[in-house]
Amino acid sequence: MKELLYPFNSKLILRKRRALKKQLLADGTARIKKKIAVLGGSTTDDIVSSLELFLLDFGIEPEFYQSEYNKFYEDAVFGSPELDKFAPDIIYIHTTSRNLTMIPESPAETPEQIQERLDDQYEYFQTIWTSLFEKFSCPVIQNNFELPLYRHTGNYDGWGYSGTGAFINRLNVMFSDYARRNNGFYINDINYLSSAIGLKKWHDAEAWFLYKYAMRVEVLPEVAYSVACIIKSVYGRNQKVIDLDLDNTLWGGVIGDDGVEGIELGVETAVGQSYVEFQEFIRQFKNYGILLAVCSKNDEENALAGLNHPSSVLKPEDFVSIKANWNSKDSNIEESAKEIGLLPDSFVFVDDNPAECAIIDAQLKIPTVNFSSVEEAMYNLSRGGYFEVTAVSNDDLKRSEMYSANAKRNAQQKSFSNYQDYLLSLDMNANITDFLPVYLQRITQLTNKSNQFNVTTKRYSESDMKTVAESPEYIRLCGQLADKFGDNGVVSVVIGRCDDKTLHIDLWLMSCRVLKRDMEFAMLDELVKQCRERGIEKIIGYYYRTPKNNMVSELFATFGFENVSRSDNGDSVWCLDITSYVNKNHVIKINEKEYSHE
Amino acid sequence: MSKNEIVKRLTEVFRDIFDDDSIVITEKTTANDIDDWDSIEHINLIGAVEEEFGMRFKMREVSGMKNVGEMINIIAERGN
Repeated sequence: MKELLYPFNSKLILRKRRALKKQLLADGTARIKKKIAVLGGSTTDDIVSSLELFLLDFGIEPEFYQSEYNKFYEDAVFGSPELDKFAPDIIYIHTTSRNLTMIPESPAETPEQIQERLDDQYEYFQTIWTSLFEKFSCPVIQNNFELPLYRHTGNYDGWGYSGTGAFINRLNVMFSDYARRNNGFYINDINYLSSAIGLKKWHDAEAWFLYKYAMRVEVLPEVAYSVACIIKSVYGRNQKVIDLDLDNTLWGGVIGDDGVEGIELGVETAVGQSYVEFQEFIRQFKNYGILLAVCSKNDEENALAGLNHPSSVLKPEDFVSIKANWNSKDSNIEESAKEIGLLPDSFVFVDDNPAECAIIDAQLKIPTVNFSSVEEAMYNLSRGGYFEVTAVSNDDLKRSEMYSANAKRNAQQKSFSNYQDYLLSLDMNANITDFLPVYLQRITQLTNKSNQFNVTTKRYSESDMKTVAESPEYIRLCGQLADKFGDNGVVSVVIGRCDDKTLHIDLWLMSCRVLKRDMEFAMLDELVKQCRERGIEKIIGYYYRTPKNNMVSELFATFGFENVSRSDNGDSVWCLDITSYVNKNHVIKINEKEYSHE
Repeated sequence: MSKNEIVKRLTEVFRDIFDDDSIVITEKTTANDIDDWDSIEHINLIGAVEEEFGMRFKMREVSGMKNVGEMINIIAERGN
């Protein structure tokens, strides 16, 4: 929703939130439901009401529990029957410097005494986290601390032992250390947020005295947005692609008019330098697994000439899709999405022309960043939260490489008239195993972000997945696929629940980057093999329709399952008697090569 | 700024905050007259009124206003 896209108008959101909520709930979007407990050290009502809007906009329908005012510690450590009953999917601890109880009081305290204060304060919070993990084993989001606005000792406050600022900075480092050591624990960085907004604008003592809000009321939506970005990232709802215009976005000027010598790019001029800096900024996203694409009204020849400019940081091979033509940009984005095997809603569109952004916004309803200046674009890409990172997997680091390998495969396909011959030429090797611990994180990530090739769209948290991985009740398959062009890593996950002589398919998903490679047949062969070893005779498959998984509505039919029932809502149930099953995969070698589990 | 103009703009703020286009306010209106007007919504209302009229209420005023009439008087004095 336009009103909720960054950079949003916080005052408008606070004023119109009821109407906005009504509109969101009436827009017919299918949303995943999540229970969110907010444990506050200050009033949390308007954080919750803004958080609700942002999450609804991200496709998540939240239900909230709020601790009584300033009862975050009691709720977490001593427990509360209401919270237990609520059974949260995710917990947000909204504390601020107002909740610090051990701040140094006197310059006469020794460094050892200050250290003791720091340890005590940290311990106070660690007790909360430990207790919550034990009770709920769900993700926890914790604010770090904002710096104070008022100082007694000037700059000394930031570095002297007895300084409040120094104390807060040291505590923040300890919180970050904890976050790095503990999966499922995330810092909501209000230290950054308050700095970006400005401490003078952030702090509002009157809001504390009157309402017990720990920051100015109008920055509450900003805090909520930051939390919402973490939550949507945890549930795999990040964007995956930055689709960029070229002229006056990746370089200054219009290459069609000015020629490759005439565009401004390079450290020789101020303007040229700003575009170099922007390109370097964009390249950093690629390093985290974000895919880059080009969407430009240009002749392709000119576009490539620009990207091959000696000062261009980004080269043609950095992009997984380059659309430089005179078609409408929305159709180009759709084309790129199809090529990569993603939906357009995985895209963020960057263009200097507000009219193009408006068209994309209207046609595709995806986030757009209007490039009015390099600084503005970098700021909005930073604060928009489109690519909020909550975990970095090996896959993320290699993603762009894998998609480039796909482009090579597509090129090779054109030289074969017979598709089977093409598949054989790829020299594919699959490794299909149980859920090995090194892959649990990737497997969980896949269950939360695969939408298209996913028959049940069942989502698993890391702790759910651990339970499944340890239970003898399940048959679990984790499929990796490599070929002569590269290793795709973990691309398919199947979970079947055994019930006497029947296996129920709880989950069957595959990454769209390996569509039409017969990997699904390889997985089925292996599943049937393991079923036979366990004396299982039939497999029941379930298809639950979502707006995104039409691609697999007849998957079980192609597997040779008989249809058992079809519901009006599009769901269906399927059954396969495996006694006479014959293997379906003839192109992928299974478990022949040693896989390195790095 | 006339009281009429203040009431007109204030009515829009109330209607947005409570998402109810049927709200009509008078000088006598109090929190008891509007179902959703609780202490939480009061905060949003104050914020939106301050924004609308480009002014800040004093702390004593925020907790002391008895009805919309008092709010109008303060706005008449300091609002834009």
